[in-house]
Amino acid sequence: MRDVAPPIPPFERFYLEHRDEVLGYLRRLLGQRAEDAWQETFLRALRAYNRLQHASNLRSWVFTIATNVAMDELRTKPQAPVDGVAVAELERDAFRELEHLTGDLPPTERAAVVLRYGYDLPYTQIADALGSSEEAARAAASSGVRRLRRTHERHA
Amino acid sequence: MNVTPELDSRFREAALLEGLVDVRYDVVESPVGDLFVAATDRGLCRISYWPDGMEESLAHTFGPRVLRSPLDEVRRELDEYFEGTRHEFDLTLDVRVAPFHADVLAELARVPYGRTETYGSLAAKVGRPRAARAVGTVMNRNPIPIVLPCHRILGANGSLTGYAGGLDVKLRLLQLEGAMLA
Repeated sequence: MRDVAPPIPPFERFYLEHRDEVLGYLRRLLGQRAEDAWQETFLRALRAYNRLQHASNLRSWVFTIATNVAMDELRTKPQAPVDGVAVAELERDAFRELEHLTGDLPPTERAAVVLRYGYDLPYTQIADALGSSEEAARAAASSGVRRLRRTHERHA
Repeated sequence: MNVTPELDSRFREAALLEGLVDVRYDVVESPVGDLFVAATDRGLCRISYWPDGMEESLAHTFGPRVLRSPLDEVRRELDEYFEGTRHEFDLTLDVRVAPFHADVLAELARVPYGRTETYGSLAAKVGRPRAARAVGTVMNRNPIPIVLPCHRILGANGSLTGYAGGLDVKLRLLQLEGAMLA
């Protein structure tokens, strides 16, 4: 048996499918600075698109790019403001309560928490996005959640 | 979190400016229905009456970096054609077909506005007088109808024979051009 990877879709289709959720993700990580990062994310995707070998996991691929762009941004200009507009879209209750506080998290923990609880990505794909092992991704998310709880309790 | 139209067009413009797009496409309204039009850096490469599956078809021929973006010059010339004020197109074309197809399409491009030829006479012009049927196949797969005027090619008895956009559209284009029909 041979694995048959899905064909690479025309970029337009890929773009329409992911542009909104990637913007939402970057807003959670970067607040008002998300728009430039969003454009940079899809330009990077387009630069690499004709070298893609297969179309498995294009969603986690574009989240990886977005995470890299956001990390670069957070490292050079830390303390991103986090706006509250994205809160209403969230599906996970626990995360919904805590999400407005993720701006205080270190970049890696913030990305891990948002990808896991905001976008429901499995840890294998979060690890890809963070360029780390699955264990490290799990640790970053759980450390982020613990940190959020402590902050939440202080504010409560 | 929806991407605003402003953000969307800013991205599309940046992508084109950076030369990252294999082929761009647009949809142009016309009196014979919506036309799917596409172009590469080399020129207009596709017009289709049927948009379904066209992005995939473009990706297959020109590369996967397919992006929708306005094709103003193509739109303008098509508008002028349908208004009856344009009899020849000034658009550069990017035609990627097999050699025989290329010869036939080059000869087709010389059939003037408002005139008709037959499949047989076009075959004779490319030095293959008995290849009328093969010429019919080339017309059938014409990547840029209207601009490459396969609607001007008729059967030996003057019948409309066939057309990708439908025989009614073929007739309508010939009437627009004031062609004498049998």
